[in-house]
Amino acid sequence: MQFSEHWLRSLVNPPLDSESLGHLLTMAGLEVEEAVPAAAVFSGVVVGRIIEAEKHPNADKLKLCKVDVGQDELLQIVCGAPNAAAGLRVPCAMVGAKLPGFDIKAAKLRGVESFGMLCSSRELGLSDDHAGLLELPDNAPIGQDIRKFLALDDTLFTIKLTPNRSDCLSLVGVAREVAALTGRPLALPQIEAVAPAIDDRRAIVLDAPDGCPRYCGRIVRGVDAKAPTPDWMKQRLQRSGVRSISALVDVTNYVMLELGQPLHAFDNAKLVGAIHVRYPREGEKVLLLNEQTVVPAADTLLIADEARALALAGIMGGEDSGITLDTVDVFLESAFFAPAAIAGRARSYGFISDASHRFERGVDFELAGWAIERATRLILDICGGAAGPVDEAVAKDHLPARPAVRLRPARARRLLGINLGDDAIVRLLEGVHLSVEREGEALLVTPPSFRFDIEIEEDLIEEIARLHGYDAIPACAPQGSLMMLDRSESSRSVWDVRHLLAARDFQEVVNYAFVEEAWERDFCANAEPIRLANPIASQMSVMRSSLVPGLAANLVANRKRQQARVRVFEIGRCFERKADGEPVAGFHQPLRVAGLAAGLALPEQWGVASRQVDFYDVKSDVEALFAPRVLGFERLSDPALHPGRAASILLDGRRIGLLGEIHPVWVQRYEMGTAPVVFEIELDAALLADLPAYREISRQPAVTRDVALVVEQALTAARVIEVMREAAPAIVMGIELFDVYYGKGIDPEKKSLAFRVLMQDTQRTLEDAEVDAAVGAIVRHAEISLGARLRG
Amino acid sequence: MDKLDQLVQQAAAEFAAATDGVQLEQVKARYLGKTGALTERLKGLGKLAAEERRVAGAEINRAKDAIEAALEARRQALREAVLVAQLAAEALDVTLPGRGAEQGGLHPVSRTLERIETLFRSIGFVVADGPEIETDWHNFTALNTPENHPARSMHDTFYLEGHDDVLLRTHTSPVQIRTMLDHVARYGDRESMPEIRVIVPGRVYRVDSDATHSPMFHQVEGLWVGESVSFADLKGVIADFLRKFFETEDLQVRFRPSFFPFTEPSAEIDVAFMSGALKGRWLEIAGCGMVHPNVLRFGGIDPERYTGFAFGMGPDRLTMLRYGVNDLRLFFEGDLRFLSQFR
Repeated sequence: MQFSEHWLRSLVNPPLDSESLGHLLTMAGLEVEEAVPAAAVFSGVVVGRIIEAEKHPNADKLKLCKVDVGQDELLQIVCGAPNAAAGLRVPCAMVGAKLPGFDIKAAKLRGVESFGMLCSSRELGLSDDHAGLLELPDNAPIGQDIRKFLALDDTLFTIKLTPNRSDCLSLVGVAREVAALTGRPLALPQIEAVAPAIDDRRAIVLDAPDGCPRYCGRIVRGVDAKAPTPDWMKQRLQRSGVRSISALVDVTNYVMLELGQPLHAFDNAKLVGAIHVRYPREGEKVLLLNEQTVVPAADTLLIADEARALALAGIMGGEDSGITLDTVDVFLESAFFAPAAIAGRARSYGFISDASHRFERGVDFELAGWAIERATRLILDICGGAAGPVDEAVAKDHLPARPAVRLRPARARRLLGINLGDDAIVRLLEGVHLSVEREGEALLVTPPSFRFDIEIEEDLIEEIARLHGYDAIPACAPQGSLMMLDRSESSRSVWDVRHLLAARDFQEVVNYAFVEEAWERDFCANAEPIRLANPIASQMSVMRSSLVPGLAANLVANRKRQQARVRVFEIGRCFERKADGEPVAGFHQPLRVAGLAAGLALPEQWGVASRQVDFYDVKSDVEALFAPRVLGFERLSDPALHPGRAASILLDGRRIGLLGEIHPVWVQRYEMGTAPVVFEIELDAALLADLPAYREISRQPAVTRDVALVVEQALTAARVIEVMREAAPAIVMGIELFDVYYGKGIDPEKKSLAFRVLMQDTQRTLEDAEVDAAVGAIVRHAEISLGARLRG
Repeated sequence: MDKLDQLVQQAAAEFAAATDGVQLEQVKARYLGKTGALTERLKGLGKLAAEERRVAGAEINRAKDAIEAALEARRQALREAVLVAQLAAEALDVTLPGRGAEQGGLHPVSRTLERIETLFRSIGFVVADGPEIETDWHNFTALNTPENHPARSMHDTFYLEGHDDVLLRTHTSPVQIRTMLDHVARYGDRESMPEIRVIVPGRVYRVDSDATHSPMFHQVEGLWVGESVSFADLKGVIADFLRKFFETEDLQVRFRPSFFPFTEPSAEIDVAFMSGALKGRWLEIAGCGMVHPNVLRFGGIDPERYTGFAFGMGPDRLTMLRYGVNDLRLFFEGDLRFLSQFR
């Protein structure tokens, strides 16, 4: 909400400068978002009256003026404005004046001396109007500083109100707060009932008293809708960010800004019979003031007459029942609409209005009668006319209740951690118009009709904190009973995983969880992704079921920025449909860790032959992530991956992820350049760790034997080792592959795998015969089971 | 025996002139070899009388010792010269770059989250986690934000197609509810429940995108529930955290009344640095407050007995302030030129 400091100070005037006043509001929970001067800085400009305006002897377009600025002598000023004429009162910048951007000096213009400048609105920085001099009213006191006359030393405050403080959506509301916080008196506008001069009235029927328990209406006949809005009102409206439209509209806006009561003025001639406040009928439509036609939903409250729906109650008036410049008779509405009947409705039609903003948060339900009197008085003063009696329809049972709230001062002290006596608490609460009664140790506190946010004890504790001042609450080092935190050794933290990958030359990224639908289709073969109902953009429209496409996109983006070598990882959530998903049914939301490597295996460097990163480089990164646990790998078919270069990753028999080269089709379609190798693993698996367990170290020498087996190309190394192990006696401690050979000397359909067999006994030195027998058994078993042949 | 002295001197001079091991051994043969000058003299001793022979023999042996010492010294010198030459030949250009793999790095926001976690762990907070597709009930209702509550307009929520009751969580606060419910399930039957002290780092989502808003961003929720947790404690913990996080006492922290449906009293936390580029400007970095009694009840906790505070801070903002980053979007673009600056 925006308002003028002057207006506020007319209601309460604390001895604080603008900045301190702003700070006071902010620290009371009415956050000042902006405080800007109402006018640019300038000085030395007074009200002047042009006594004489004659043609400049040497220039056709200039005039030679004699200006009275209240001094002994008239000032001679050369002026080029077309409207400069004798008798006019205008702003006069005297010699020595400092205007926005320039200073005024005595000067000679076309041979004639000039002692000052007559100013346009733009020259004073007040508006863009530069058509002529700013014309001041005839009662402007000659010689008075123009800043004082136009009240330019004002500050425009914009405050950001939280939804609970609807009581501050008016000048009176803010003033009430300032008065309470500073102890200064509040000078509320004097409102007296306007005695009816005519008998005309219009019946009011509350068909929906739950939504509208109070409605005041009044006819004012014979108004001059074309009467000008007084300058003081225009200025206050303008400085509140409200455009002046016509006197009648301005009065309703003014009263809303002043008191917080939204009003509506109907053209009485366009109404038929009684006013009804009711819910819509089938097929009804309302053409609104903003020229939007709305078919109101069943729970949208309407103002209607006996012929038709007129307006959305508490939201916006209708185009064809509202006042115009030709309106002669006005029907004024001042009502209370229940927050629950207004909340969210305007938004559902795609707009909000000042009225709906206030009603959905809560308008003082005792205010309607006063506001209609205030508006009537202003209309009569500005537009003339004769007012009828106020008709008030009220359903008392449906007005908001204001039950007393029980406050235990001791609880307030405990919750806030302050030491504030009961009397001080009572004083604070009474300062904001809460009435307080004592009941034993407790206080019974009744909120006024304008507070919609005081229903429970905590609401009062918040008031105490706010009024006492958050700054006045101490900052304590908390006390607690010390207990050490759990720190399991058989799990790792996610930070260990991050640091490990970073140490393996991967850079962490954070990608959006919503992605392009095409990524899900291409990389995950997911034709039915989880779609957002209201995506921010089409390329962010579905929830990702894999981290891999995002990493691939990182690759593409970085390649475009001339980064040939890209190694990235992300730890984040993926989303899949799953009927019995936990903890939210319908969805499986695992955290995963995924990485991508593309470009050179090592950064280009001297003395090392460069080569592209491959499957086995990244496999080693994955293995390092789990070491000393041992992973299994199995061939895998996955839509994202090269069919011959893709593997499932297994840990203790559980499939925990995948590893592979991106499918060449996607490499080409998404312009990735060289094929990247990716992995994606369930994070929970990567967080497991084994507790180390000691095994006795053998004091006996170990023996190794190397064995090369020629096998079918399609046979995996893992399978060969598995078969070798089957036949290995207990002395065999390990079988490790150390070479793979294809080519000369080997059948082209086959390959040679070389293994190192490690043998040892804990108790004694092995004999050659034993060792030879063990190796022989292993080889024989491989020959029989796999058709392997010992390479000669 | 001047002749012997002369011989020693002569041998030493010839040894010194030898430039390598082979030459030296040749020179040695001329003095100590089978036909060497000294050997000849020793052979000549037999011709002398016994007494004379003893004296002359001793002198010859002394000369022999001297020559051998000179020889050994020269051998040593030559060996050293060879080593020096070899080492010189083996010298490297120590300014050439080292070889091998480089290091990657953590995302700058991860650095911040790790710091936050470490600092809060040090006063006994543990880390909790929750789903990002969340139920409307956990995200709003249980946080005291019923349907049509004006506070719901403060969040522009992403909803999922075909589901009315689930959404992308707009804050990490629903994990408060999950944590409380779990805690009560575990400890509810005890005479007195242990305190809840958790932080919840995570990603959250709102329909918003510009230089200071991202549709996905990070939040860290904090929750402390116990039998005597007060607003003063909240102020103490937050102020302590901020000074430790920014590693400066040169920091003003202010708590400003605000409104959240799930806390009461509520506050916004602003900080102002007393030096540097942002000197004197109040910067909003977190919201906080005492847990609303309705929220405690939704979590199964008796608000008469237990009180608590909660806060939600923006680690993206903290990261921007700490490292001087001026555009939030950089965090989510995966640009290695940006990310690699935080290694």
